[in-house]
Amino acid sequence: MIQLKNVSKIYRTKNGEISAVNDVNLSINKGEIFGIIGYSGAGKSTLIRLLNGLEKPTDGTVEVNGQLISSITGNKLRVARQKISMIFQHFNLLWSRTVADNIAFPLEIAGIAKTERDKKVKELIDLVGLSGRENAYPSQLSGGQKQRVGIARALANNPEVLLCDEATSALDPETTDSILELLLDINKRLGLTIVLITHEMHVIKKICNRVAVMEAGRVVEQGEVLQVFQNPQADITKNFVHQITGSKESQGSIEQILINYPTGRIVKLTFVGQKTEQPVISKLIKQFNVEVNIVHGNISQTTSGPYGTLLIQIDGDAQNVQNALAFLETNEIQTEVIEHA
Amino acid sequence: MLNQLFPNVDWPDMWQATYDTIYMTAISTVATFIIGLAIGLLLFLTSPHQIWANKVANFITGSLVNIFRSIPFIVLIILLIPFTKFLLGTIRGVNAALPALIIGAAPFYARLVLIALREIDKGVIEAARSMGAKTSTIIWKVLIPESLPALFSGITVTAVMLVGYTAMAGVIGAGGLGNLAFIDGFQRSRDDVTLMATIVILIVVFVIQFIGDLITSKTDKR
Repeated sequence: MIQLKNVSKIYRTKNGEISAVNDVNLSINKGEIFGIIGYSGAGKSTLIRLLNGLEKPTDGTVEVNGQLISSITGNKLRVARQKISMIFQHFNLLWSRTVADNIAFPLEIAGIAKTERDKKVKELIDLVGLSGRENAYPSQLSGGQKQRVGIARALANNPEVLLCDEATSALDPETTDSILELLLDINKRLGLTIVLITHEMHVIKKICNRVAVMEAGRVVEQGEVLQVFQNPQADITKNFVHQITGSKESQGSIEQILINYPTGRIVKLTFVGQKTEQPVISKLIKQFNVEVNIVHGNISQTTSGPYGTLLIQIDGDAQNVQNALAFLETNEIQTEVIEHA
Repeated sequence: MLNQLFPNVDWPDMWQATYDTIYMTAISTVATFIIGLAIGLLLFLTSPHQIWANKVANFITGSLVNIFRSIPFIVLIILLIPFTKFLLGTIRGVNAALPALIIGAAPFYARLVLIALREIDKGVIEAARSMGAKTSTIIWKVLIPESLPALFSGITVTAVMLVGYTAMAGVIGAGGLGNLAFIDGFQRSRDDVTLMATIVILIVVFVIQFIGDLITSKTDKR
């Protein structure tokens, strides 16, 4: 669906060249939700704008939906854009238009007749759950409602691809989740390919199938979300993974845990996928006659299975504890015994 | 009572002068709105990072605007005498004032239009582009509607300024309240005529400001 080959974007400024995107290769499949994560300044915003031709690459080719976006111009590009819609961090609604008229805007651009426009607008308002608010102005809406208008507007011309530019970064956690659920829902219902950029691992975990990690204009790592979570390679990826597992306790708090639980062994278990559903802890207690004390836990649900970490204290007879640890190793659960630093 | 306070005021003359002032202000305001908006849009669209970004076009337009804005209005009228004569065959009367009024006010309004357009959220223009909008669509459906309150408050300021300009044009023979105050009031030492003309001008300005503010707030949905 989307192919990026050796794509680079260099900005020439007074202070020399800035390479925003550097030799990026990506392939995004039809119907998947693909996340691009990185800190600000990593080049995500430029990258996503290359996909609808708002930016042109300095080098390489961008192909979306069978169109060579990197080289088409004028009317051809404008028509292609009607099938590659975009939602924004700050919603970018026209304040001078009502909700209904905002959603009708892309239909006006596409030259759809008034009666058909009205029908489509009504459908979309129902789809995003804004019935009754069609005559409100954007200034009368909450952030979440504004983004719903943005989504309805983006869906108006039945696009093949939806680009999300930090679509939830300006929203509170609860609203973020409801918008993510809406995106997931339209992805399933309409078979829409979604590309989103974000700096929040939470977003990736919640709805993405695959993820690419960007740093300084390069894609440093990409793959299935669970796989990347399970085995992060680049340092930056490890940082992002820590964001949601909460396993990035400072050395100080680990020390505190070791002080609080002076006996036995402190073990960090990392669960990926279906393993999370096995009753590991109860097996441990029953089979090895040890005391298991849960110190800290965090399980996240991703689209392809649960993922999480658990910090436990295993106490009891030394041999039993040894056996219990051996059992954990064979159980394909990543195990790490935490010692004093 | 009015006749006692203003013994020298010839009321039919005063009405005629008021009508002339309103006529000159109205016609020149409408023309200034259209021409100033066009020039302002050109200034905006040719500025860096915009759709028609073009340094040369932007520089030329900007320079012309600055030159015409810098010429004192009273000097501009005199400079434009040959042009007006060529256009209308005369330099007297209300219509003869119009070219100078419009050429004097349009560059000023163009600057206000530019300021108004710069206030528009860049993201909204980007959103329209991402939907595949043509430049004409962006102008008519994004730039103008999204800056409408500022465009209206700007034209209100310009219209008030134009009332002042008509008075100046009046002094050199264009008619209107300025003409009346100068010829009938000042030159014949009839202070009551000057005072009455001033009062009427004030009323005209207040009415323009009131209508302008009303439209501005009605169009602002932010």
